[in-house]
Amino acid sequence: MSRRSLTLLKNLARNANGSGIQTRSVTYMPRPGDGAPRAVTLIPGDGIGPLVTNAVEQVMEAMHAPIFFEKYDVHGEMSRMPPEVMESIRKNKVCLKGGLKTPVGGGVSSLNVQLRKELDLFASLVNCFNLPGLPTRHENVDIVVIRENTEGEYAGLEHEVVPGVVESLKVITKFCSERIAKYAFEYAYLNNRKKVTAVHKANIMKLADGLFLESCREVAKKYPSITYNEIIVDNCCMQLVAKPEQFDVMVTPNLYGNLVANTAAGIAGGTGVMPGGNVGADHAVFEQGASAGNVGKDKIVLENKANPVALLLSSAMMLRHLQFPSFADRLETAVKKVIAEGKCRTKDLGGTSTTQQVVDAVIAKLD
Amino acid sequence: MARRSASILSRLLANPSSPLTAPSRSITYMPRPGDGAPRTVTLIPGDGIGPLVTGAVEQVMEAMHAPVHFERYEVRGNMRKVPEEVIESVKRNKVCLKGGLATPVGGGVSSLNMQLRKELDIFASLVNCINVPGLVTRHENVDIVVIRENTEGEYSGLEHEVVPGVVESLKVITKFCSERIARYAFEYAYLNNRKKVTAVHKANIMKLADGLFLESCREVAKNYSGITYNEIIVDNCCMQLVAKPEQFDVMVTPNLYGNLIANTAAGIAGGTGVMPGGNVGAEHAIFEQGASAGNVGNDKIVEQKKANPVALLLSSAMMLRHLRFPTFADRLETAVKQVIQEGKCRTKDLGGDCTTQEVVDAVIAALE
Repeated sequence: MSRRSLTLLKNLARNANGSGIQTRSVTYMPRPGDGAPRAVTLIPGDGIGPLVTNAVEQVMEAMHAPIFFEKYDVHGEMSRMPPEVMESIRKNKVCLKGGLKTPVGGGVSSLNVQLRKELDLFASLVNCFNLPGLPTRHENVDIVVIRENTEGEYAGLEHEVVPGVVESLKVITKFCSERIAKYAFEYAYLNNRKKVTAVHKANIMKLADGLFLESCREVAKKYPSITYNEIIVDNCCMQLVAKPEQFDVMVTPNLYGNLVANTAAGIAGGTGVMPGGNVGADHAVFEQGASAGNVGKDKIVLENKANPVALLLSSAMMLRHLQFPSFADRLETAVKKVIAEGKCRTKDLGGTSTTQQVVDAVIAKLD
Repeated sequence: MARRSASILSRLLANPSSPLTAPSRSITYMPRPGDGAPRTVTLIPGDGIGPLVTGAVEQVMEAMHAPVHFERYEVRGNMRKVPEEVIESVKRNKVCLKGGLATPVGGGVSSLNMQLRKELDIFASLVNCINVPGLVTRHENVDIVVIRENTEGEYSGLEHEVVPGVVESLKVITKFCSERIARYAFEYAYLNNRKKVTAVHKANIMKLADGLFLESCREVAKNYSGITYNEIIVDNCCMQLVAKPEQFDVMVTPNLYGNLIANTAAGIAGGTGVMPGGNVGAEHAIFEQGASAGNVGNDKIVEQKKANPVALLLSSAMMLRHLRFPTFADRLETAVKQVIQEGKCRTKDLGGDCTTQEVVDAVIAALE
């Protein structure tokens, strides 16, 4: 009997892949023609951008994914996005972006923001969760930060009233607040999430953030099964680092969302591993979830040690968005296995591998 | 040492939420704005066990608060043709869930199932025959997807009496239909990471008809160099299915062979009460029990309400995935598989004693 139970145990352990990563087979009946290849606009960008987008290209190639990339060279110091890039995104509807470095000061507006405004990508989504095998100071983190992407403090409307006095306008509209609240609750509903938290500073900015909160409360009434609460942004930052497990889905205006997303990404493992995307009614742009506003230090670029995991997981989200769920599953499983094994990690996760070594490990793990 | 491994085993298996027994995986899925809007689905309960099992699906959808609402239509197998408003409703909603329509044997009434498929040009029927964990069968490692051409072949319905006492029945095979079913089968294998497609035929006897089918499959196979393609004669195939089912992966077949193979494969993997399936065309999709062995259950099952709702529940999970609600589909499938694995609540065809309603309640309780 000991032999039987031992064999049974071995079988069970083998089925669980030894590292706790489940490979799930889904019964999925595609429509005829669903396998036709899709074109995706690819913008490598600056800094670590080309490194990590190249990683994605290699992995897609290895999987024979029905995707082909239209590559465009854009750099952060251009004054505006080239029209052919915008046209390409409008045609393909989906774009994968490395990172565009926005110069500090000066008169050049951010190309990232310009892209989002022109395509009306009003929701930015970052999923910050603990990856199995990656130890962090915080456990049980699984937070989705949904951030309004087009207005708020990033309206870009600044002027110098008199020399030495500058006014920057923060614009909050009912229209945009409503649609981001609607998207956040819809996301929670579709993904079986139990709680939505609105992050605000309405005790100080009573009218602006007050309008945001009113819109969230109205939408919350339509979803009685989802808990809704509100938290002031300073308390939120403190709670995030003290007890992150209390947060589930968070909906925020533009600036707070940027900060909260980067904080949450940091506690869950770092900006090198969190997937994210930007979505509007017609288009979607996928990029690293929270890139802390930069494109990596020069040293990382020189030594080719950028972490491709975030963009690989974002491209898995992109594959799911393009209705290729099996490819998305395979990619995510391979990436999570590589992280769980821990042999191949870049510097930000405590290892010493280069980007290329991580990519090779992921390709080896694809089944 | 026997005691230690036995106690570890019993602890692992007793814990329903251990990662080895009930994997519920969270995926990062970014919906488009508006994806949560409810969708309408045409519902045809049908005859026999049909109303029982569709009632089960309705209850579970309600419990999950799924963004689906059903437009119900009464259709019976002995009607002469499918009512106009039903066809219109399916054309409008694009998705239909069907219980089962009993086709009378003989007589002049053509099958309403066939009529529905032909009118909406739903040319591919798909059955996924897979061992469900926890359900013990004589065959292990079964994971076969049977893709069957749905509109022509032996089921063309073209029969005539040449002279009294002599009847001819036409089997029609066209290049157009064979090519599109082959293309669908290879596309399915590609999208779902399947390694092998097997064409089932009887071209040694029906050289031209099944020969044309095989030619179309071979042509399409050339476009998919990463997928192995082979052919097998249908009688050998039936024997291999019951001897070594693990050699088959995706099978593409004309109409009649597909019907038989699908039911055989469903039988070896656990029975027609648990296999999900669906029919799809370029624009419409109908979901029903994968392989219903051509009947809608005997009267005793209907009276005692012991029909197995698992197959239609898994098919409705496929439907949720088709409607782009993957999280709801995952929850439903996980709950159903957990109920089967626990083994406490099974209907008669799986060796248990429960009624349909008890299984439904167990599934609803297992939903998270």
